Amino acid sequence: MTERPMIEAAGLHKRYGETKAVDGVSLAVPRGTILGVLGPNGAGKTTTVRMLTTMTAPDAGSVHVAGIDVVADPRAARRRIGVTGQDATLDELLTGRQNLQMIGRLSRLSKAAAAARADQLLDEFDLTYAADRLAKGYSGGMRRRLDLAASLVSRPEVLFLDEPTTGLDPTSRLRMWDVIRALVAEGTTLLLTTQYLDEADELADAISVIDHGRVIAHGTARELKAMVGGEQLELTLSEPSGAAAGALSALVTSDITTSDDGRTLRAAVTPGAGKATAIIRALDEAGIAVDDVQFHHPSLDDVFFALTGAPAEAPTPSDTELTEVA
Amino acid sequence: MSTLTAPTARPADAPVPPPAAEPSRSLVGRAREWVADVGVLTFRNLVHVRREPAQLSDATIQPVLFTLLFVYIFGSAMHIAGGGSYKMFAIGGLVTMNLTTASMGTAVGMSSDVATGMMNRFRTLPMSRSAILAGRTISDLLAAALCGTIVLLTGLAIGWRPDHGLVGVVEGMAVALLFAYALSWFTACLGLLVGDPESAQGVGLVILFPLAFLSTCFVPAAGLPTVPRIIAEWNPVSAVAGSCRELFGNPNPAALSDVWPAQHPVLMAVLSSLAILAICVPLASRLLRKATTD
Repeated sequence: MTERPMIEAAGLHKRYGETKAVDGVSLAVPRGTILGVLGPNGAGKTTTVRMLTTMTAPDAGSVHVAGIDVVADPRAARRRIGVTGQDATLDELLTGRQNLQMIGRLSRLSKAAAAARADQLLDEFDLTYAADRLAKGYSGGMRRRLDLAASLVSRPEVLFLDEPTTGLDPTSRLRMWDVIRALVAEGTTLLLTTQYLDEADELADAISVIDHGRVIAHGTARELKAMVGGEQLELTLSEPSGAAAGALSALVTSDITTSDDGRTLRAAVTPGAGKATAIIRALDEAGIAVDDVQFHHPSLDDVFFALTGAPAEAPTPSDTELTEVA
Repeated sequence: MSTLTAPTARPADAPVPPPAAEPSRSLVGRAREWVADVGVLTFRNLVHVRREPAQLSDATIQPVLFTLLFVYIFGSAMHIAGGGSYKMFAIGGLVTMNLTTASMGTAVGMSSDVATGMMNRFRTLPMSRSAILAGRTISDLLAAALCGTIVLLTGLAIGWRPDHGLVGVVEGMAVALLFAYALSWFTACLGLLVGDPESAQGVGLVILFPLAFLSTCFVPAAGLPTVPRIIAEWNPVSAVAGSCRELFGNPNPAALSDVWPAQHPVLMAVLSSLAILAICVPLASRLLRKATTD
């Protein structure tokens, strides 16, 4: 049985004056998965998220979240979703605990239930020690965690995270990733916008690239990278061999370049099952010993650049992905 | 690497707490939810007043300071037509002036909720949107009541006496607080239009200070040059100050004037408050809807 996607948007349009902010975006996110939404600044990511989360009404198109028509019944939709925006939306003058209790009360929990839920979340997010300090004294990482906790007060089935780790230090970032993975493992459906391509690579089951208000590419990180030009093969031989190029030629899709010392060979390949085995076997049959085989995937930065003509917004930690098979 | 336990949306091991209740369909149920929302937000705003030194001082120190300054500085050079001491004359005006300028707090509060993104958070909750405005204006009304009471206590401490006793004082305060509440809705509109607290404070000052000073709060209208005199005579702030003086049983030289508002200060004060509310309540609701939906 195919279940209806938990987030389903079709033909979303939104214009502000002359500007088409969103020009026909469609998305579908199955239950318990993460969709990463990438795009340059002003591509329409945030407007799309705002329409998905009842904050902005679309000019045209439909949005269903957890089966609820968001446009027709925004209040019912709000009971099922959690939203964490780009900027932490905390009440600086309340303590962490008071923030969560207030959200609980406004989510129609009883006083006792709101207090219990606040304690539980503070514990889960490692904030109990700071529960009674004012939020304005929290560090960046603590704020994000409290903000995410606030989005989880009413146990939403669907969660929208707009750039959840922007501005966080690497440790807080990894911690946030753990939190996000744990949520999805529990069955939460998640839509995540990010400017960190490695974050999308790391977390998202599928990625939609948005530019000029349209989805210009959709697929898994691997599929998107394959679109850009397959994978790069890098072979290191035990001894230089003039026969190696000939043995490989049937398996690669580009000219083979050989390093000066004659030990390293590079070429583009079409990824596929058993590729590495086939390459090693072909060289072995030609009597050539192989020290190392690596496939370099093109990075999402390459994908992003190829698709949008713009470099990724933020410098990312090295995005070179190495798959060692030998 | 991380000490976090899995933050669960639906933890398997924990007893499942009651989920957010389904929306009430009945009118009574919805009214009860609305009252609960307003209560939560009012409490939250009052916590803010207590924790924000600027807000707390507006409600507590500023009224003491203004009262002492005006009574002792202006009072030294002032003679009230129709007799009476400046001290007796001034307190009704000072209550009015303090509440008028304090109403700026609503603009600052509304605009900071927009600026900090708190409004976006509220927007994603299944709460009543009108409760945001109601909670804000009610907490500001309570802060205004505190502010007005402090003016009166300061007055009592330096020798002000209301001739009509406690009942008169309560009646006068009620008129002044109704006006302050109406002004709160007006400045809520300002705050939503401006959208950031610093500008809201600036715009509020530019509007409310002339409004408070071009009135009979500090001086009787009779001695003013023609244009300011006419403005002061018809300024609703003057009517509120006149109402306080009349109801407190303090000297009210405006009663000597034959301009209609001066003759009927309470009626004028109540009617102008209701007029402001009639315009600003629906306007603020519309502006809030705009601020929260684009």
